[in-house]
Amino acid sequence: MSKFGGSNNKKDVPGISSGSLSDIVFMLLFFFMVTTQMRETENKVQVTVPEASEAVKLDRKDLACYINIGTPIRSLQAQYGTDARIQLNDSFKTKDDIRDFVASEREAMSEGDRPLMTVCIRADQDVRMGIVVDVKQELRRCSATKIMYSTRKPAE
Amino acid sequence: MGKKKTPAINSSSTADIAFLLLCYFLMTTTMGSQTGLARRLPPMPNPNEKVEDQKINRRNIIIVRISSSDRILVGSEQIDITLLKDKVKEFLANPNDDPNMPDKEMKLIEGWGKTVPVSKGVISLQNDRGTSYKAYIAVQNELVRAVNELRNEFAMANFGKTYARLSEDEQDWVKKAVPQIISEAEPMDVKASR
Repeated sequence: MSKFGGSNNKKDVPGISSGSLSDIVFMLLFFFMVTTQMRETENKVQVTVPEASEAVKLDRKDLACYINIGTPIRSLQAQYGTDARIQLNDSFKTKDDIRDFVASEREAMSEGDRPLMTVCIRADQDVRMGIVVDVKQELRRCSATKIMYSTRKPAE
Repeated sequence: MGKKKTPAINSSSTADIAFLLLCYFLMTTTMGSQTGLARRLPPMPNPNEKVEDQKINRRNIIIVRISSSDRILVGSEQIDITLLKDKVKEFLANPNDDPNMPDKEMKLIEGWGKTVPVSKGVISLQNDRGTSYKAYIAVQNELVRAVNELRNEFAMANFGKTYARLSEDEQDWVKKAVPQIISEAEPMDVKASR
């Protein structure tokens, strides 16, 4: 009878236990740790990849290396100008450095994975093909023939 | 002296620590996977060897050019990008066995054990150094779309399912029956059309 709020027995409202809060947050943490990957390099060029509806997923993310092509970001434009540049790892490079870059990326992989290496070309949609063709020719020269043009799904 | 109880460790700050860690991972990682158009570049020809002209029959090749002003030329006629897919599809499928379109070769698909006509058509994509990357990718996308639609039609006709719903083996067979041969030619200057 007294269960349903008898007027005379005033009970203290028990404090909400916050002991499990940390568990919840840890679970969130693990979720993000598993689903995301580390951002390896800092972008020094502005890249807006073009849209393509038929894009497929890159299947082995660990076997990919990235070549960014685009205009330098605004804070670096005073130094490097607004012409399209190639960025490998963390710095601006010319197309002659691609050979070393590919070689070192290859070196870092295990023997069996090397033929599966994919070079991901992340070029801005406004760059001219000239620079992309140069990169492609250089990649052919160091026989990194598996490439991927990075694109994004078009917005619905 | 009575025994004292050890006081419980205050655990309310673990949540804060975990939040900090969480924020750190949110800032330093990227979500989502890379998508793109996968291609295989032809190997560099050996300069010591004599370059032998690859003899591909005229009828088996369709040349798609993108000029420096992003105009698309198929053969010698200018075409809009919306029509490109159907043009390429028609070229590859050659439904009426037109003598000016690629011939087909009866090929046994290994594993499946069925012999199907496989088109010998090759798409040759040429671009100018001044072509914009956006236009280039748009054309590449249309070419892939044409092939994908043909694969879908083939899958529908032979398995009664869309390509995406086939098993891995079946997808392999369809890939062999409808190959995607896009040749990215050596760079050359494409004259802007008038």
